Amino acid sequence: MRRLYFAGLLAACAPTAAQRPAPAAPAPAPGSPATPVATTQDTLSSDRPQYPSTYRRRPNPPVLIRNATVLTGAGEELPNASVLFRDGKVVAIGTSVAAPTDAQVVDGTGKFVTPGIIDTHSHLGVYAAPGTAAESDGNEATNPVTAEVWAEHSIWPQDPQIPLAIAGGVTVMQVLPGSANLVGGRSATVRLVPARTVQEMKFPGAPYGVKLACGENPKRVYQSRGPSTRMGNMAGYRAAFIQAEQYRSRWDKWLKEKKGDPPARDLRMETLAGVLRGEISVQNHCYRGDEMAQMLDLAKEFGFKIRSFHHAIEAYKVADLLAANGTAASVWSDWGGFKMEAFDQILENAPLVTRAGARAVIHTDSPDGIQRMNQDMAKAYYAGVRAGIPLTRDQAIRWITANPAWVLGIEQLTGTLEAGKQADVVLWSGDPFSVYSKAEKVWNEGWLVFDRLDPKHQYKTDFNIGQTAPGVGR
Amino acid sequence: MSHQRSAISYRVARATTIVTFLALACLLPATLRAQTIAITGGTVYPVSGPRLSNATVLIRNGRIVAVGTNLTIPSGAVRVDASGKWVTPGLIHANANAGLGVAGLNGLGEGAVRGEVNPSFNPIEAVDPAAFTIPIARTGGITSAILVPGGAFFPGQAPAVDYAGERIEDMLIRRNAAIGLDLSSGSREAGGGSRAGVMARVRRLFDDALEYSRRKADFQRAAMQSLSAPAKELEALLPVLRGEQTIAIAANRRMDIENALRLTREYKLRTVLFGAVEGWQLARQLAAAGIPVALEPLQDIPSFDGLGARLDNVTLLREAGVKVIIAQGDPGGERNLRYAAGNAVRNGLSWDDALAAITAAPAAAFGLADYGTLEPGKVANLVVWSGDPFDFKSAAERVYIRGQLTSLATRETELRDKYRTLPPREP
Repeated sequence: MRRLYFAGLLAACAPTAAQRPAPAAPAPAPGSPATPVATTQDTLSSDRPQYPSTYRRRPNPPVLIRNATVLTGAGEELPNASVLFRDGKVVAIGTSVAAPTDAQVVDGTGKFVTPGIIDTHSHLGVYAAPGTAAESDGNEATNPVTAEVWAEHSIWPQDPQIPLAIAGGVTVMQVLPGSANLVGGRSATVRLVPARTVQEMKFPGAPYGVKLACGENPKRVYQSRGPSTRMGNMAGYRAAFIQAEQYRSRWDKWLKEKKGDPPARDLRMETLAGVLRGEISVQNHCYRGDEMAQMLDLAKEFGFKIRSFHHAIEAYKVADLLAANGTAASVWSDWGGFKMEAFDQILENAPLVTRAGARAVIHTDSPDGIQRMNQDMAKAYYAGVRAGIPLTRDQAIRWITANPAWVLGIEQLTGTLEAGKQADVVLWSGDPFSVYSKAEKVWNEGWLVFDRLDPKHQYKTDFNIGQTAPGVGR
Repeated sequence: MSHQRSAISYRVARATTIVTFLALACLLPATLRAQTIAITGGTVYPVSGPRLSNATVLIRNGRIVAVGTNLTIPSGAVRVDASGKWVTPGLIHANANAGLGVAGLNGLGEGAVRGEVNPSFNPIEAVDPAAFTIPIARTGGITSAILVPGGAFFPGQAPAVDYAGERIEDMLIRRNAAIGLDLSSGSREAGGGSRAGVMARVRRLFDDALEYSRRKADFQRAAMQSLSAPAKELEALLPVLRGEQTIAIAANRRMDIENALRLTREYKLRTVLFGAVEGWQLARQLAAAGIPVALEPLQDIPSFDGLGARLDNVTLLREAGVKVIIAQGDPGGERNLRYAAGNAVRNGLSWDDALAAITAAPAAAFGLADYGTLEPGKVANLVVWSGDPFDFKSAAERVYIRGQLTSLATRETELRDKYRTLPPREP
C-alpha cells in the first residue's frame, strides 16, 4: 500500500478566514448575461471586478423527498418528513408537504436527509491529485507574509479529488493556502460542482478569508531567515498589521478626499487592510491553546475578529476563551499526535467546545477525510456521549453544516434545511451517524450533482478520463 | 503547508498508567493468574465458525479453554457478564507501528533504518512497551500487531507482537513473521530510476543469496566475485528463498503487482501482497496464486502509483476468492482499524469477511497459528464490545491479552478528564 509501507500521509494544513456575514448577492438567474466589466481608462484597477464568480445555478425541476428522517441542522430531527425544494431554494419541510405536479418525487423511506456538508478547511484543487510537484500549488513559501496571494489562482477545477468529495455529501468548501507562512494568503469559498474554471465554482457573495498560521510550520520553514521562534511569529504578524494600519489610513483618506494621485496599490496590504475593515475573515491554523490566547490578543490589538481557529487540537483547553470571543474551533475527531503541537489531541474536543458554548466545526484538511465528514462527526459525537458530555444529534450535525456555514460567512444562505435557504441537500442511504451509510444523492443548490444509483449523475474530471486499465471496465 | 503526517504511527513518552497496571498484574500470585475466567451471555463471533448467541468463553492460563452455549462454568471461575455485548477475537493490525520510537513526531520514528537493502534489520529492540500509543491502539480492540518496517527497498524484518507487556520479550509473538520488499513507486530510485532496474536488482540479490548459501566456503576464502550485498543481508534473505518465511511485497500499480507475481513464481515465494491499490484488476490471478492481500480499503485517490484506486477494491478481491487482510492508514491511528473494516462493509464486503480480515486472515498470513479465532487452545486475546465493533456508537469495553484484562486508560482520557472543567482543577 502506498501508505502501508511509508506509514504517513502527505497532507496540507492551512487555515483562512471569512468573516462578514455575506451581503450575499443572489446568483443571477440562469441564462442572464455576465455583469459587464468596466474598463474605462479613468477607473482604477481596484475599482474593477476582481475575478468575479461566474457560477450559475442550474435550472432544475422541483424535488420532493418523501418519508425520510430529516436532520435540519436548525434544531430538529423529523421522522417521516418531506423536504421540498424548487428553483434552488428550500420551500418546505414537514410531515404534510404536498408534491407539486411538476416535482420529481424521491422516496426517502428508511433514509435520512441533511443539509449539504461544508468543509472549512480544504486544499482540493491547490494540492490536487495525482499529487505530483507540478500541481503542488498551495504554499507560496517564499516570504513569511504573502497576504497578496489568492488560493483561487491555484485551484485546478479538474482535481479528481473533487468528485470524490461530492460523493461524500460535500457541497461547499473553503480552499485555503497552506500553513508555511504567517500569513498565507486569501482563501476561496467554492461550490463543489463540475466546472471548467474556478470562477464557475466561486460561491457568490461569500466573503474572502485570509489564512494565518501559528506555531511550528512558519518557524520551521523560515528558520534561517526568520521567524525561527514563536515570539518571532508574533512579531511577524504584528509588523504586518502595523503596516496595514498605515496603508488603510492612507487609502481611507484618499477615498474620502479623492485629491491627487491615489496611493500605490499593494496587494499584500490590501488583504490585510480588508481584515482591519472587517471585510475579510481570519482563518487561523493554530493547534495549541496558549497560542490561541496569544492570537485572540493580537486580534484585539488590531481590532479584528478571528472567525475560526483551525486544527485546534487544544481548543478544549481554552473553550471558555473561544466562547467569550465568539471564535469557532475547526477540529478533527481523532487526528493528532503527528507533531509536538498536535500532541494533546483528545476524542472529545468538539463535544467539550460545544458544551462550553463555543462553535465547534469538524474540518478535514484532507482529501480522504473530506469524503467521510459524517464519520468524523459521528466518532466525535459518540466519544462525547460515552464520556457523559451532554450533546444532541442536532448539535453534532451542525459541526459539519450550520457551524461551518457561519465560519465562511454564508450562514444566511446555506448550512441548514429551512424554508428560503439554498437547496444544498444530501439524501443518505441510512443514518449519517453510522459507518455503513453513504450519501446517495447530493443536490447543490437544487442541482443533482451526484446520484450513487445513476452513473449519468456521477461526473468525472478530465484527469479521470481514459485512465482505466486496458480491457477493464469500471 | 504540506507536511508529513504519520497516520499509522504515533506514540510517545511514558504511559505510566499502563506500566503500573501491568507491573501489578505480574505481581499477582500464580494461582490467581491461573484462575478461570468465564465471559458469559454475550454474542460470540469466533470467526472460525458461526456466531453464537448467549454464549460463554472460558479462559485459563492465558488460553481459551472452551467456547459454546451450554458450557458448565467451573466453580471458582471469575464470571464476567457480557449480556448484550459482542465478543470477538482481539484485532490484529497487519501494518502497525505503535511503540516504534516516538513515531509520527517528525524524525523520531524508529521503524526504519537508512540504506536500501536492510533485510536483516529487525525493529523489535526499538519497540517501547511504555509507548502511549499502545493503550490507544487497545481502545480500538487491537491486541496484536505485525510491525512492518518501512522506508526502504528491502526494509527489514516484521516482528509480530501482542500489545501488552512490560518488556519487548513479553510482547513478542514471532521475531521474524515476515520480511519486506517494496516494489511500489517508492523504490524506483533503488533501481536506478526505473522499475526494470528494481526487478533486476531484486533478482541479483536473490540469486546472490542462493549462490552464497551454496558456496559459503568459497565466500570465506574470498574465492567468489563480489556480491550485491553484505553476507549478513544475503543470509537474511535465505528463509524467504527456502519458502520458510513470508515475504510482504508492497506493490500498488497493476504492473508492479504483476512483477510481484513474477518474482513469486520464479523464486517460489510465500508472498503476502501489501497495498494492491489496483489489485482488483488482477483479482483472479492473485486468487489462483493463493496470495493473500493486505490493503487499506479507503484508498480511492488516483496517483501515478495507482490510477485505478477504488473503494470496492477489497470487495472485488474477496469476490474473486482472494484472502484479504484489512489494514489502517487513515488519520486517527491504528485504533481506527475497526472503522476501516466497517467502511469495507459499507463498500460491499460481507461483515463476516471484514471481521476475518482483521483477525483470522492476518494470523494465517503471518504464521500466528494460535491467534485470530476464538477456539479452544488459542491464545486468549479477545474483546468485549458494547455492540457492533465496526460502528461508531460501539466501544471496546474489555480487552484481554493472553488472558489478562488490560487497561483502556490513555493519555487522551487523562487529558480529557483534566480539562472537563475550565480552568482545570490543579492539585
